[in-house]
Amino acid sequence: MSDNPKHPVVANDVCIRYKRGDFKQIGLKEYIMKRLAGTYKVEDFWADWKVTFSLEAGDLLGIIGSNGAGKSTLLKAVAGIMRPTMGFVRTRGNVSALLELASGFDKDLTVKENAYLRGAMLGYTREYMNEAYGEIMSFAELKDFENYAFRQLSSGMRSRLAFAIASRVQPDVLILDEVLSVGDGRFKRKSEEKMRQIMHSGTTTILVSHSLEQVRKLCNKILWLHKGRQVDFTDDVQGICQRYRDFIDGKITLGGE
Amino acid sequence: MMFRAPQYFGIIGAMFRRVLKRLKQHQFLFEELVKRDFKKKYKGTMLGIGWSLLSPLLTLLVMKVVFTQFFGRNAPHYTTYLFAGILVFGFFSESTKGGMTALVGNAGIFTKVNVPKYLFLLSKNVQTLLNFSLTLAIFFVFCVIDHIEFSWRFLLLVYPIVTLTLFNLGLGLILSALHVFFRDISYLWSVVTRLVMYGSAVFYKTDRFSPEMMTMFRCNPVYDHIAFIRKIVIDNAVPELWEFGLLALFVVVAMAVGGFLYKRFNTEFLYHV
Repeated sequence: MSDNPKHPVVANDVCIRYKRGDFKQIGLKEYIMKRLAGTYKVEDFWADWKVTFSLEAGDLLGIIGSNGAGKSTLLKAVAGIMRPTMGFVRTRGNVSALLELASGFDKDLTVKENAYLRGAMLGYTREYMNEAYGEIMSFAELKDFENYAFRQLSSGMRSRLAFAIASRVQPDVLILDEVLSVGDGRFKRKSEEKMRQIMHSGTTTILVSHSLEQVRKLCNKILWLHKGRQVDFTDDVQGICQRYRDFIDGKITLGGE
Repeated sequence: MMFRAPQYFGIIGAMFRRVLKRLKQHQFLFEELVKRDFKKKYKGTMLGIGWSLLSPLLTLLVMKVVFTQFFGRNAPHYTTYLFAGILVFGFFSESTKGGMTALVGNAGIFTKVNVPKYLFLLSKNVQTLLNFSLTLAIFFVFCVIDHIEFSWRFLLLVYPIVTLTLFNLGLGLILSALHVFFRDISYLWSVVTRLVMYGSAVFYKTDRFSPEMMTMFRCNPVYDHIAFIRKIVIDNAVPELWEFGLLALFVVVAMAVGGFLYKRFNTEFLYHV
């Protein structure tokens, strides 16, 4: 595939190696014991294998696939948090990745301090945060809670705050991992509305979703991953969604299995 | 041996400029991280920042009483001698202990956004550096009380302070990287820190040791920094050129190893948090 410089996102033969095993959060003692006993196992596997796609400005790409398909890993590579083991990802303009938003707050800080910290993480400036802070709090419906310790908030309040801050991004490339909507019925509508605004402002969006309905409604391109392999990348969203549906229902199988 | 110093300075200068540029780029985040580290550090203790000043003073008091009253040690300027040791060791231990958790404690941030990972270590060290500066000010007050003669040589104190800060940073890089892979490093490190404390001649004199033993002492960066400062403050002398070189050597080694680990495992950290 040609690397068209006009395309805001180009992924070319992206392969990402990932590690699996119970090596997480172990100590040196455990590591040595396991090494001696020969039970230390780290399995390398390809989370993504030769994924290739390119997006034009304003495109909205939906990535579908069952658990372990390599969707989140691919997003991290596009966001620049991970580097492809082989191949490359090129993005143009500023990239905002809204991944697992509700986590990563500091429970010991106040709501206001957390809001500023999160704003800083997302690349806003202090001036912008000063200006937008009031609106963020009223959008999140947390005006009366700004001096509360973060640990006192309910999980619904936390995700509302996360969404209210994150949804102010104006990137050239937006990366979403299932954050289209949060909260209860009323807030959910409000957040969906906000999301639609961003996506229709000319931003190129990549969206991982488990809701085929959402993908059908919003996306104009679709990427289907299965166990790290690219099944298809096309603009025939309806057709792929249908095939994916059939695949899940066991009506069809993928070649090579 | 050929030294092509200008070339090395060029490389180091370029690296330094790159770090500064990225800091500027992430200035807001850096400021918020510094603020957060301050708040978290002093929250919960009523005395807040006062406590962190009191703690070296209490250590000083205890050591002074124990070693002069019980062990009958009384070298001239023993208070200043002790304080110099406590000052340096305190900075070293606080900075490395705090720096160790810089990556693991901020996993929630660097797994979500693409930021240079040394930001977290730097922000932590801003706080310890400030703490150290305040203790240093008190140290000077004690020097006055202890009838230490101030001279132009005191300006040379800037050198060991800069090298110690950088050495702590380098060690922080190494420790925080290791901490990602092995969580029990923190326990090991507290043992090492205690060993370093006893091996740094904080409260005893080293003049009765053999030359071989002195070589051992010289391998301990904390000891060298303490000795450097004592030489200026108590002996009112200028340290030898090789002593300047030695301090710089520790910085280069710690920074090189730490920088290598961060570069080598930059993306690998992600798998382990």
